[in-house]
Amino acid sequence: MSLQQTKNCITLRGSAQIICEYLKFSINSVLFQRGLYPPETFKAENQYGITLLLSEDPQIKSFLTNLLTQSEEWILDKKVKKLSLIILNVANKEVLECWDFNIQYEDGDTALSKEKNEMVGSKDLKKIQQEIRDVMLQVAATISYLPLLDCRCSFDVLVHAKTDCDIPEKWAEAQPVAIANAQNVQLKSFSTSLHKMETVVSYKLAD
Amino acid sequence: MSQFNYLNEINSLATMDGPITRGPLQRWAKKGCNENINPSLSNSFKNHSNINISSCNQSLQKLSISANQSCNNSALSNNKTPTRNENKKGKKTPSKTKSPGHSTTPTPNKASKTPNKADRFIPSRSNSNYDLCHYMLSRDDDKSEETPQTAAGEAIGRALNDTEPGRLLQYTCKAPAAPEGYQNRLRVVYSQTKVPSSVKCNTRYIPQAPDRILDAPEILDDYYLNLVDWSASNILAVALGNSVYLWNAGTGQIEQLLTLEGAETVCSVGWVQGGGSHLAVGTSMATVELWDCEKIKRLRVMDGHSGRVGSLAWNMYIVSSGARDGHIVHHDVRQRDHAVANIHGHTQEICGLKWSPDGRYLASGGNDNLLNIWPIAQGQHYSQPQHILSFNQHLAAVKGLAWCPWSAGILASGGGTADRTIRLWNISTGSNLNTVDTKSQVCSIVWSTHYKELISGHGYAHNQLIIWKYPTMSRVAELSGHMARVLHLALSPDGTTVLSAGADETLRLWKCFMLDPSKKKEPTDAKAAKSLLNLNSLIR
Repeated sequence: MSLQQTKNCITLRGSAQIICEYLKFSINSVLFQRGLYPPETFKAENQYGITLLLSEDPQIKSFLTNLLTQSEEWILDKKVKKLSLIILNVANKEVLECWDFNIQYEDGDTALSKEKNEMVGSKDLKKIQQEIRDVMLQVAATISYLPLLDCRCSFDVLVHAKTDCDIPEKWAEAQPVAIANAQNVQLKSFSTSLHKMETVVSYKLAD
Repeated sequence: MSQFNYLNEINSLATMDGPITRGPLQRWAKKGCNENINPSLSNSFKNHSNINISSCNQSLQKLSISANQSCNNSALSNNKTPTRNENKKGKKTPSKTKSPGHSTTPTPNKASKTPNKADRFIPSRSNSNYDLCHYMLSRDDDKSEETPQTAAGEAIGRALNDTEPGRLLQYTCKAPAAPEGYQNRLRVVYSQTKVPSSVKCNTRYIPQAPDRILDAPEILDDYYLNLVDWSASNILAVALGNSVYLWNAGTGQIEQLLTLEGAETVCSVGWVQGGGSHLAVGTSMATVELWDCEKIKRLRVMDGHSGRVGSLAWNMYIVSSGARDGHIVHHDVRQRDHAVANIHGHTQEICGLKWSPDGRYLASGGNDNLLNIWPIAQGQHYSQPQHILSFNQHLAAVKGLAWCPWSAGILASGGGTADRTIRLWNISTGSNLNTVDTKSQVCSIVWSTHYKELISGHGYAHNQLIIWKYPTMSRVAELSGHMARVLHLALSPDGTTVLSAGADETLRLWKCFMLDPSKKKEPTDAKAAKSLLNLNSLIR
């Protein structure tokens, strides 16, 4: 009994929070690393043992907060399969880059779940953060091969939800996007033992 | 025993066409093993695009061949090149020495398109979805059992289910676009291009190598300072760390003028006009020192700033100094109360300061990305406290400033790393005559006195000097050799040689404005001597 109590326990909500926190930092990281917005609008913050940059722009902040609180609910209900961060050219609305965050739902620790009567995972938080850090470093490294975004850019996030998902206020259905002549690069994935997050970047191959 | 081992080894080595017994598995064999356990999914599939699906189908066919083949091979593992397929009988691979692994590469039949119409088929691994294809293939084979057993199969199955219609949602309150006029800072790193020589319009011979290289140990690698100046009497003043050295370009003699104490450094040097021996020295102690270089003697120390003095400009007996505090102070070197005017010119450090040759305008460039033009005060030799023009077109600190020596009111200015442009201005009209993106930080600009050209010193990535034709701003030549950015430029008094001071601690002399020997050159010797006399009489 005492042995089980010391065991690490991650609830479904906690796992969803980890996922959304990852999304927040990775989206901000992409915005900064890809040079979408002026670097002076970002603030450094220490997270996962590395320094990451978060946008200070009030509009971007509120957009991401709204997006991620809603997404967290959906992730809890297993309604979301994927979030796509798309980078658009402001001038012609062309999609230049797409960052896919695939969410897979996992079973967690079945034995512990039975005991606690709710779905829980038992993965060590340190281990999860270590995995996330590895992904973050990869995100930062992508600028070495991703093509230069030499135009005014904007971004948007599309949520790939299940059909039975309700559309809340201020949300709308979107058209799927496609990148012509796309190249995909899969980054490392991490898992909270309840959710598995895969990060994929697809970009337009230079002509 | 050992001798048998040895013999065996020799035998196996001598057998050229036998199966490889040692060493790593062949690729085809490895593939055969891996095919079933590789859980990773190619990502292109998840894009739901039609193109990808079709490419899947294509590769499906290919794979069906290769899968069969790999089974055969693993079973046989002999030296015979296996036959491809029933419909291609009789077509053996010509060379027997080829490893069986090669032969598993499927050759498409005539109907299928070969990319680029080449004679070989090179499969694109990124486009073909091996895992998915294998899954589809194996599912077709054993349709009776619906559920895939392996973890990989399960993963792929999930990926396949992914194609089921879902909702794509977006939050309608969009994030704002990047601010107007914002440029990706990565542009600086990734858009470095060397201009092909065909673009350059070269009408005369310009030596591509420096004429001389001098050592400049401990020269400060600081964009905001102005550490070299070449006097009309052919003496070059260079500030290295906390010292100022004088190099006589005629005789090659070197003299040390001064050394500051402690950690203080020299931030700027400026010769008096007309070939006098007076040198103004701006220091990190926020003072301007005036030195007589003939007697190696300090004449006076002038204060008035609260930050280091990074730029100096002379106009007759007035020395104007620009400092880190953003102030321009005009010092009358003759008067006891030297500070005749103190102007709050910029909000940040002033790094470029130049009087026009006719002494009517002072141009100042600052780290606040502004270029200000100050008119001369009535009846004086210092400027008015209010600028007549202020240009904000540069996107970075404006350090490179140079007035055209032959055309009044023409000014060239260059911006720092984030800007990289050289702009030509007509001060009389306030118009921007020309703008050119140099693709590199502009550290310094100097006009030629012999040609209708100007030369600029640059930083990352090529650390080169570029000669530009005026007014078209077409490239005449690029001079490279510096291993680090070219911080400062100075033109020799005869106008033929350009000195560049690099952060690589070298001074290089480029004879890039040499006159054509056929042309007569007896230009301004008499005139220069005259003006020299005039000026000397003005300075006490």
